[in-house]
Amino acid sequence: MKKVYLDNAATTQVAKEVVEVMQPYFLEKYGNASCLHSWGQEARDAVEQSRKVIAEKINAEPEEIIFTGGGSESNNLAIKGTAFQLKDKGNHIITSEFEHPAVLNICKALGKKGFEVTYVAIDKNGFVNLEQLKNSITNKTVLVSIMHANNEIGTIQNINEIGNICKENNIVFHTDAVQSFAKVPIDVKKENITLASFSAHKLHGPKGIGALYIKKATKLKKQIDGGHQEFNQRSGTENVPGIIGFAKAVEVITEKNIENITEFRNYLINELLKIKGTALNGSQDNRLCNNVSISFKNVEGESILLSLDDKGVAVTTSSACTSSKLESSHVLKAIGLKSEDAHGTIRFTLSKYTTKEELDYTIESVRGIIKKLRGISPLK
Amino acid sequence: MSFKYSDEVLKRFRNPVNAGKIENPGGVGVVGNRNCGDVMHLYLKVENNVIKDVKFETLGCAAALAFSDLLCDIAKNKTIEQALKITKDELVKELGGVPAPKLHCSLLAVDALHKAIEDFQKKK
Repeated sequence: MKKVYLDNAATTQVAKEVVEVMQPYFLEKYGNASCLHSWGQEARDAVEQSRKVIAEKINAEPEEIIFTGGGSESNNLAIKGTAFQLKDKGNHIITSEFEHPAVLNICKALGKKGFEVTYVAIDKNGFVNLEQLKNSITNKTVLVSIMHANNEIGTIQNINEIGNICKENNIVFHTDAVQSFAKVPIDVKKENITLASFSAHKLHGPKGIGALYIKKATKLKKQIDGGHQEFNQRSGTENVPGIIGFAKAVEVITEKNIENITEFRNYLINELLKIKGTALNGSQDNRLCNNVSISFKNVEGESILLSLDDKGVAVTTSSACTSSKLESSHVLKAIGLKSEDAHGTIRFTLSKYTTKEELDYTIESVRGIIKKLRGISPLK
Repeated sequence: MSFKYSDEVLKRFRNPVNAGKIENPGGVGVVGNRNCGDVMHLYLKVENNVIKDVKFETLGCAAALAFSDLLCDIAKNKTIEQALKITKDELVKELGGVPAPKLHCSLLAVDALHKAIEDFQKKK
């Protein structure tokens, strides 16, 4: 059966080049990067070289990058680390309604520990309301955490403007850039970013490795106590093969890749919107190169997902219809989508390996499936 | 949350045998609303107090479709009294179990049948 993987916002195929550079660090160069002997030094050199690669990609200094166990850990260190470090200065945090659970749930947890959290609203096109963000700032505000690009609908936020607002008000600005990293240019200096979270497995790197950009002189309350690794910000033996693979993944992505994916994305959007009773969620401008989120009227997302899976096509529902409360996605709710439309939403996410032929097969399959499911639906 | 459907659920979801409408049905049961998820319409053909045919139209997840289809098979050729005794647990068991968040879909199917019978009795 044909296999088409269109769930690249969930995770990606690891690039062959990445696997190749990682392999020696399991079998031969397996030293602990903290050791003085040549095994250790070999690993240390490779880790520092990788740090440079990540730093250069975002115009940071190498010592401003620490490696973590992934995006969620980076978000935890950034948000909790800042909140607890600055708790004597203030207890107010600003975030948005449509953050990833890895930010929302941290903020909720802090809300139970004496912090006040403001969740800024999102407009119908999928962008954070900057006026509300500005107006929410008080003299107690210590942190603003706004994602760079949304994982469900792909909209890219104006982090330059948010960075400016935070700079003017002397507030730490954290951005969860897990979906956007290496897809959308980031310049931490120009954009006044204090902290930024990254993850390797969204860009053809391995799982279990991420990074956090920490602007020079920014103090964070350490979240994992232990040894002095990663400039004493994150204890634990460095995941050397993961770090090497992460850097390679960043190196092999080209601007041409992004251009091609964008072209394919637009093709997929245009073709799917030709099906009656469909709508694109989130603006088509300022959108991640690989994200297509479509609502199909009078069809349940899960049924589309499973039917596509039967055809060998992997996608995901944006609606969390599996939850016991049957609540639809908080992201779709935040952009004002009606619950009934949220239930019929499917996210297709492309990668540089996606081909036109795969998209044509997918479009053809979707057409047939929607026709079949609407055929047995009482609402036409 | 992730979970797996049983083969029986997937089989019925992929190839429902009772999907469709009945012309001039003896009773119709309409349950659910789109706002919270599934919508189910159940159509009955009744002769001499026996359910001769049952068909469904459902907008919903794989479990909702599978329960709809199964219910039709189970209710067919039963008397009204027998049909009223069909329980959601019986449906769940027949499908080899469903993930906990999907249990309510079985209730939806039983409700649809009760409403259709009610409608039939009103029309009688």
